[in-house]
This record gives sequence, structure tokens and C-alpha cells, in this order.
Amino acid sequence: MVQTLQGMPTMQSQIAGKSVKLHDMSLRDGMHSMRHQIPLAKMVEIAKGLDAAGVPLIQVTHGDGLGGSSLNYGRGLHSDEDYLRAVVPQMKNAVISVLHVPGIGTLDELRMAADCGVGCVHVATHCTEADVSEQHIGLGRELGLDTVGFLMMAHMTPPEALVEQALLMEGYGAQTIYCVDSAGYMLPDEVTTRVTLLRDALKGETGIGFHGHHNLGMGIANSLAAIAAGATRIDGSAAGFGAGAGNTPLEVFAAVLERMDVKTGVDTFALMDVAEDLVLPMMPKPPRADRDSLTLGYAGVYSTFLYNAKEYAAKYGVPARDILVELGRKRMIGGQEDMIEDTALTMAKERGLIGHNGAPKSKAAIEA
Amino acid sequence: MTPEQTKKVRCAIIGPGNIGTDLLYKLMRSDVLEPVWMVGVDPSSEGLARARDMGLKTTAEGVDGMLDHVLDDGVQIAFDATSAYVHPENSRKLNALGVLMVDLTPAAIGPLCVPPVNLARLAGEKVMNVNMVTCAGQATIPMVNAVSRVQTVDYAEIIATVASLSIGPGTRKNIDEFTRTTSNAVAKVGGAGRGKAIVVVNPAEPPLMMRDTVYCECAEEPDQQAITESVHAMIAEVQKYVPGYRLKNGPTFDGRKVAIFLEVEGLGDFLPKYAGNLDIMTAAGARAAEMFAREILDGSITLTPIPAEEAA
Repeated sequence: MVQTLQGMPTMQSQIAGKSVKLHDMSLRDGMHSMRHQIPLAKMVEIAKGLDAAGVPLIQVTHGDGLGGSSLNYGRGLHSDEDYLRAVVPQMKNAVISVLHVPGIGTLDELRMAADCGVGCVHVATHCTEADVSEQHIGLGRELGLDTVGFLMMAHMTPPEALVEQALLMEGYGAQTIYCVDSAGYMLPDEVTTRVTLLRDALKGETGIGFHGHHNLGMGIANSLAAIAAGATRIDGSAAGFGAGAGNTPLEVFAAVLERMDVKTGVDTFALMDVAEDLVLPMMPKPPRADRDSLTLGYAGVYSTFLYNAKEYAAKYGVPARDILVELGRKRMIGGQEDMIEDTALTMAKERGLIGHNGAPKSKAAIEA
Repeated sequence: MTPEQTKKVRCAIIGPGNIGTDLLYKLMRSDVLEPVWMVGVDPSSEGLARARDMGLKTTAEGVDGMLDHVLDDGVQIAFDATSAYVHPENSRKLNALGVLMVDLTPAAIGPLCVPPVNLARLAGEKVMNVNMVTCAGQATIPMVNAVSRVQTVDYAEIIATVASLSIGPGTRKNIDEFTRTTSNAVAKVGGAGRGKAIVVVNPAEPPLMMRDTVYCECAEEPDQQAITESVHAMIAEVQKYVPGYRLKNGPTFDGRKVAIFLEVEGLGDFLPKYAGNLDIMTAAGARAAEMFAREILDGSITLTPIPAEEAA
């Protein structure tokens, strides 16, 4: 064991020799970067590349999960079913997973995904609302899926409260519980605290996962901290494709883990090639910590709000950063994309940038 | 067998929880409804005790505990604020005695009722059970209808955000039914070709007021002026029974898409004001019952018992 001069264990001494399962998000969280417009053939090509590189789990869904295709979150170029039916049969070893958010996706949609042959589901709720997931986790198990409880925006609740929510999900049947840094806000010590408490409280056979965003550039460091504290599943995405400044870049993380003697079963060079040759060319603007993405991480705002905020900033003349900070101040959570235009309109009116509602108004309405 | 004619229709509330109690406050103010029974299942229920203090007869033995008194006490309308699982049985027993059911659960065995949209029509159809959809449906369907009565709406989508503290364990446990019942009603009652409902539960402190966003995708380019006028007129209709129903922003127009941003503040009768989602349910239920009560009082409808075997 390598020790520092102070006798403190090094990061490497805490994680060397461990086995970690990597879960690629480029075809789900990355859908946000592409406004849910990934062509079918491209989806299949990337998934095949990831499979060949040895990535064991690959998520394929609309960015907001099953049923996410909507006016609120953006319509998908194809339906979840079309994507899944195209990708699943092409996999040699990788298991395809789906994201499922109770309140957005229905149980029928989860049944459809299982029928398409997916093997894993992430059932996601806000970090304090685990009790809306009972039906969905229950159905995931009933369908024989590897069922994960996915606690989003985990920075918004104290670590002890997060543990209580995790125990609820475990009680409903979740086999793995994730600490999800949806806002890319957490720093490594915050991850350590949460994952350590989860590891202590949950059953030995329950796995722990971590899903990071790179808004503060902490995706890699936070994921290492999670492994050191007991996480065995880490989400990332090829070329860092994902909401906000993207997810933990998976090929970078695989390289780091290889150097730190953590077993992933992934061929790092093959994964680099997928990122470079297949994923990167698709992106008009690769995700990076520009001032708006950085603001998400700095202010603790849901990463998928980024593109809508930029869009309404352009439409109503209020800077995206101001809109995002205001959404954070109002403690808006994942799913509330509708409040971005609403907030932009209210701010634009307050600043005198637009007339009533930014839309022409009839005389009768003014008098009413 | 009818009691002496009073100018109010007597009613019962089943379920002395938050919804039932808030409803009781509203019924106490009604010109045409008189709450006389509160039905529960737990003798130690605070809601039952409160109802007793307010002069109601109570039972902790469920609907069965009231059945023998329904005719003598002249109960003609019953509100069910229990759960979708027990509602069908409650409804069957009370319909058999000629009692009209106003269903505040998501059971939806009767026609869906959103007062400013279809109450008048339902009152003319001699129905014996009306379902009040869901809180998200009550808040958003009037707006879908405000657009669809101007021009064809191919698709309507609603996003309802409610405060965590305002949504009970029953809804959480059955969020899928809540989402699906609302989606179905958005299309069917709102008048859209297809409907979709999204529900978000927000835990912010202090609690957020209920927010609802309605998107309508019209078949043709929206007539902005006509839709804006229709939306404002419909807001005024809903405000008649939910004064805190407000248009926060919009309607905005983007191609064929119309966006309407709403806020629903409750009256704060028994429930806190942020729980506009619960208030709009009890207010809509009371509103529906009042419409039926007026027609009962002026003789334009007569409630007919449904023999148990037929109802089953």
C-alpha cells in the first residue's frame, strides 16, 4: 500500500484491485447534447462500438427517459421503442438499460422496454421523493430487470436524508442505489460522505452507483471518490456526451482506472476510438464547461436546463446565466423544464425587455 | 320517505382526511348543500372528531355505518374522498339508495367532470356518479378546452408541479394511475386528439404553490387573438370557484404550439394555500355538487336508485 508522508491512505491504495462496472450514458444523457435527435443508424453504430470495446452497460432512451419525448423536453427523432428495437438485437455482450422517471414515463412504457429486450432500468426520482418509485421499481423486478434506484440532484438533501430515501428504494426491491449529481455540483468530499453513508446503511448485496456531471470538471475526481467509498457502478459517457458540460468522460475515466489498477473489463483504446471516431463527429458543439454549464455546477441547477435556458435567453433577451441562477434560487428540480420559459418571461417583463407576455395581446384581454 | 322539503340538498362526505375536511369547510358555506354525515373508518380520526364538533353525524364503520340512515336523513349527494380501491363498492351501495356520487378518487367509474367544460352537459344526462379526474386535470383541462373550442388541437401536454407536502401517500403509491387518468382526460375532456400528462413533485421549503403548464399543438397556425381571449375568459370561469387560479405567463405562440403558464393558490380553508392542487379538487367537487343540487331543488332532475344488481 502506498502511503503519504502523513500516513494517510492514497486514493490508489483505496481503490487498486477493485472491480467496477462502467455504464455508458452517451446514448441517453447524450441525447440532451443532441436535443434528442440522434439518427437511428448512428445510435446503433455507437452502441456496437461500445459493446465491442467491452462496455458492459449502455443506456438508450430519450434524454428524459421512457416517455420523455414531449413538447416540454423535446421530441425524439425516433420513439424509444424504435431506438431499442434497433439497438438491442445488435449487442453481443453489452446489456441495454433504460431511464424511467415516475411522473414522466408510465408502467406500460417500461413493459414495452422489457419486451424490446432491455436488461436494466434506472428508476429515477428527485432525491427526496423516493416513495413515488414503488410501482416502477416493483415492475422492474417483476419483469426480471436489473433494477436501479436513481436518486437525482443528491446535493439538495442532507446525506442522512439521502440514506433514508435509499432505504425506501431498497425496500421496494431496488438492487443498486445511485447517488446522482445531476447538477454537477458536488465536490469529492461530498461524494465520499454520501456514498460512505449509503454503503453503511444498505444491505451488503445492494450495489452503490454514482452518476456525475462535469460542470465543475469534477466528473473523474468524484467518480474516484465514489469508488473509494464503496461504489461499484459508475456512469460516464463516451466523449463526455451529456447534459450540461456532459457526463464523466468515460474513455478518460477508463484510462485513469487502468493506471490505478481498477478492473473494468473495458478496452481503453477501443473506447477512445469510439469517442473520437463515432461520438465526437456527431456533436455540433461538444459539451464543455462554458459559462452557462459552469453556472449549473456552481449554482446547483439541473444540467438538462442548459439548452432550454440558452434558447429562451435568445428569444426574450435575458442572459441564460441569469435564468439558470434564478431557477436555482427557486429550487426548481429535474422535470421542471416548463419553468424555464416561464421564468425567462417573468424576468424579461421585470426588466422591461418585452411587453405583456412577449406575445401580442388583444384589446379584450387587456380590458379583462 | 323524503324528509320535509328544505332549500338545501343534504350530503355526506366519505373520508375525513385532508380532502374530506377541506371539502366540509366549503360545503358549510354553500347556499344549496348541507353536509350532514362524515364517514370514516378510524374511531380516533381527528377528521371525524372535527366533523362532530361542526354538528355532523359521524360513523367510523365506513359507508355501511351510514346506510341505514341515508333515507331518514335525506342524504342525496355523497362525496367520496377515500381511494380508487374502495370507491366502486361505496358507489354501488349509495347509488342503490338513490344517492348521487361525486368521486374525488381516481377510480373514474363515472363520467369525467371538469366543471367549466362539461358540468352543464353532465347535469342534463341523469348520471349518478361523476368523477373529478385529478388535481392536475382540474387545473389544466379548462385551458386545453379554451384552445380546442377555438380551433382543432392535435395534441395537448400538461406539466403539473405540486409541493411535496401536498401530495399524500395514496397518490405517491399510485402515481402511474394519476399520470394515466390525467393524460386520458386531457384528450377526452379537454378536446385534444392526444393527451400527455407529466407530474413533478417538488420538495422546496417554503413549499411552492401549485404550477401548471399547458401546451397545445394546433392543427393549423393558432389564431393568437381568439385563443388569448378564450384563455382569459376561461380563467375567469375557473376563478368563480377557485379565486387563486391565475395566468402567470402566456399564452405564448411558437409555430403551431401554444403555451400557457398557470399558478393555483388554494383558499386555505383547511389546507395550506400552497396546496392549490387539493383546493381545486375540493372546489370542483363542491361546484359540481352545487349544480346538481340546484337542479334537484328546482325539480329539473330526480335521482333514481340504481338496483344493486344493475350497478354491479
